[in-house]
Amino acid sequence: MKRVAVVRFPGSNCDFDTLHAARRTGTEAYFVWHRDTNLKSADAVLLPGGFSYGDYLRSGAIARFSPIMPAVQRFAEAGGPVLGICNGFQILCEAGLLPGALMRNDRLTFVSRPVALRVEQTDTAFTNRYHPGDLLLMPVAHGDGRFVADPVTLAELEATGRVVVRYVGLDGQPLDGSINGSLNDIAGIANPEGNVVGLMPHPDRAADPALGNTDGTGFFTSIARWAGVPK
Amino acid sequence: MTYRVHVRIVPRAGLLDPQGLAVEHALTALGFTEASGVRIGKAIELAVEAGSLDEARTRTRAMCDKLLANPVTEDYRVEVEAA
Repeated sequence: MKRVAVVRFPGSNCDFDTLHAARRTGTEAYFVWHRDTNLKSADAVLLPGGFSYGDYLRSGAIARFSPIMPAVQRFAEAGGPVLGICNGFQILCEAGLLPGALMRNDRLTFVSRPVALRVEQTDTAFTNRYHPGDLLLMPVAHGDGRFVADPVTLAELEATGRVVVRYVGLDGQPLDGSINGSLNDIAGIANPEGNVVGLMPHPDRAADPALGNTDGTGFFTSIARWAGVPK
Repeated sequence: MTYRVHVRIVPRAGLLDPQGLAVEHALTALGFTEASGVRIGKAIELAVEAGSLDEARTRTRAMCDKLLANPVTEDYRVEVEAA
């Protein structure tokens, strides 16, 4: 059974959802406190959603310097699977483990509702149970979810298949308008090796039949099937 | 000695600033039609212990690069004065 560390920061509020989703899908998941400095032999690391450090300064800007983060950085650089959900995605971008940044939504509203996503890349540690083109329904809940990157980085993400999930309409077609103003309707991206993934939608809130939606389950079951980064 | 440092952080030119836009609309609605180009950022004030004004500036710029500003989305300006 894979050992999965869920990192809790002060202000994390999806930590229990994420722990529950990981356990329900057959992993041995446990909490790691942000002041810890080791990941306790983790096979994967999950950074949950919430408002770490009150989103002070910028979302994820302070969490990124937590005592646990050097261990997460080393783990990721060694090829270990790391998933950032919502605030976790913001932390990964601030930490430079993923490119770009998440800025204030474009239309002055905190967006909290289910959205449709198209799976674009399945060769990652967290999406290998899906098929390219799969349509997933998943909740989003964020005020700072507008993905931006400089034009060179954006072109590289698209050209190298590093856009993992994209916001689409319920019919799977491109959105008329947008969810939060993200460039190219990007909802989630990966690093070049596919072991680090971040996304704004919440697979942790869509991985239990009790919640009426299990579309996010694959993000957690993919961990066991990930063979690792080719050396 | 101690220097008084003012850091001004603004969203990079060309990037959408929804806060600035909303405030600009509100200003227009209030009749301040002469206002345009509203951008909202942050002002950070701090005291910095340093051997010289230049050193205080260099150290503050390092703080901006590492933590205070996001290099992807923000520009900053540092002003230093003797406290």
